[in-house]
Amino acid sequence: MVELKYEGDISQHSGQRVKPPELNVLYGLIGIAVIFEVLGWIFQGQSFLFNAQRLSIMILQVSVVGIIAIGVTQVIITGGIDLSSGSVVGATAMFAMSFAQVSSYTRAVYPALTDLPLLIPLIVGLSCGVLAGLVNGALIAYAKIPPFIATLGMMVTARGIAKWYTKGKPVSFPTDSFAGLGEGMTPVLWFIILAVLFQLALRYTVYGKHTYAIGSNAEAARISGINVERHLLLVYVIAGALAAFAGMVVASRGLTAQAGMGTMYELDAIAMAVIGGTSLSGGRGSIIGTALGMLIFGVIISGFTFLRIDAYYQEMIKGMIIVAAVVYDVYRQKTRVVVK
Amino acid sequence: MRTEGLSKHYGGVEAMNDANFFMRRGEHVAIVGDNGAGKSTIVRQLTGVEQPTKGRIFFDGHEVRFGGPMDAREAGIETVFQNLALADELDVPSNIFLGRELTRFNLGPFSILDEKKMTEIALEGLKTTGVKIPHLKNTIRNMSGGQRQCVAISRAAAFASKLIIMDEPTAALGVAETAQVEEIIKKLKAQGIPLILISHNLRQVFDLVDRIFVFRRGRIVCSLDAKNTDGSELVELITGIKHAEDVPGAMPN
Repeated sequence: MVELKYEGDISQHSGQRVKPPELNVLYGLIGIAVIFEVLGWIFQGQSFLFNAQRLSIMILQVSVVGIIAIGVTQVIITGGIDLSSGSVVGATAMFAMSFAQVSSYTRAVYPALTDLPLLIPLIVGLSCGVLAGLVNGALIAYAKIPPFIATLGMMVTARGIAKWYTKGKPVSFPTDSFAGLGEGMTPVLWFIILAVLFQLALRYTVYGKHTYAIGSNAEAARISGINVERHLLLVYVIAGALAAFAGMVVASRGLTAQAGMGTMYELDAIAMAVIGGTSLSGGRGSIIGTALGMLIFGVIISGFTFLRIDAYYQEMIKGMIIVAAVVYDVYRQKTRVVVK
Repeated sequence: MRTEGLSKHYGGVEAMNDANFFMRRGEHVAIVGDNGAGKSTIVRQLTGVEQPTKGRIFFDGHEVRFGGPMDAREAGIETVFQNLALADELDVPSNIFLGRELTRFNLGPFSILDEKKMTEIALEGLKTTGVKIPHLKNTIRNMSGGQRQCVAISRAAAFASKLIIMDEPTAALGVAETAQVEEIIKKLKAQGIPLILISHNLRQVFDLVDRIFVFRRGRIVCSLDAKNTDGSELVELITGIKHAEDVPGAMPN
């Protein structure tokens, strides 16, 4: 019989603390930025990074998709996926804008409902996102339809609704208050507020703990008494609401809503999350990681433009980086299993 | 704990039929039987993971009806499941408190976790098991089978007020780790916490428990005193070579 003794050092938190995975993403970001800096001096004769205007445009470009990625990250942490966010952006933009038009515009969608306070289009828009999230979540959690299929259906449906709503016509001329939603650098501000909020929620609340638990081992979560279905519903609703908010910001920025808005945003958002270290197999990831993933995304797009490289190459490289991030994730999983 | 005519059918399959199980306060009992004999099935009914098709469960003097695992836990029954039921990507305190996190401010699903207190209690729980875990804040993904099992057991021990059920707690463990788990079980016995042990390891069963229930083809063959039987007799009962009436002192279902 093995002698059992309390070895005394479990209380001292000795042993190796695993370093946060976000560090690798940060190194990646720095590495890519430095490469563009060097290439900038070689080919353009100027600095890439030390240009306030370029940096602010870069962040502005990605922060709207970043808002979506905050929700998508949480969905992926539960082991799911959300392909519908881009279409939710389009549908929300249309619906919200139709309740945000000015009275001086004679061909408003609802001539009787013009010059409304910001709250009305905001509620309409968020309702669109919540509704999409509820349908996604219910299909996935209760009807047990794979997240890929359920949200793919929503992706096509929501885009259809966006086009049907005005028979494809754009909706324009918003009130000043609605136009203020995405004015100037406000999208960046929204992103920062929402990212901090949800990073804290994931890290320090029961909501976050259960989100990771479900993605890590849904059966264990269920046995432990977590209401897995209700929680998944909540996560998809949050993702839908965030996509809807992003939709309103996009429409507000452009002062117009078009049914095609947000096309492919879902893939960019997923890419940001995955590049930021969120595991597609669930249980791992963070908003900090996604924010870094978003910056990597921004640096690459803006770096390519800076070096005057064709947009075609940008997309090819973007695609390869996404695949590389997933390959890295799979590889990391494998090595860990071997350790076990 | 007592059951009357407990049955569970999955579609047309009778996984368990008319089980009259009982145990006394402070008693450690084992459930043995071949694969598919209904061992895990009875565990799922007793812990509320599944609801029985027929029959009644009495616990602590009252009839109980567990709608879900949480009901059983609230009644004071903790379970160490065969597949451990741990979340790989969470750290040790999070796993121990999974599903009943301690909070500081109640904000519904967004209640703030009291991590400090959970870590302290987790540490206490692990000390009683005597297991060494290098860093509580690391995820349990990279831990050994024994460490993970000890996390699962300390979770059960930390919360069980009335009964612990262990479904094959050492099936995946090495020799030293098995000994460690058995040591913990003995400690629980000394503390007077009742235990139901499901095991394939007959040596372990004889070492650890007072009474043994033999399951065969979804039915309880008999229960017998661990002191009044031996390994070969048990094997004969499990495989159906012998029946309850062949064994003196055995109590048929």
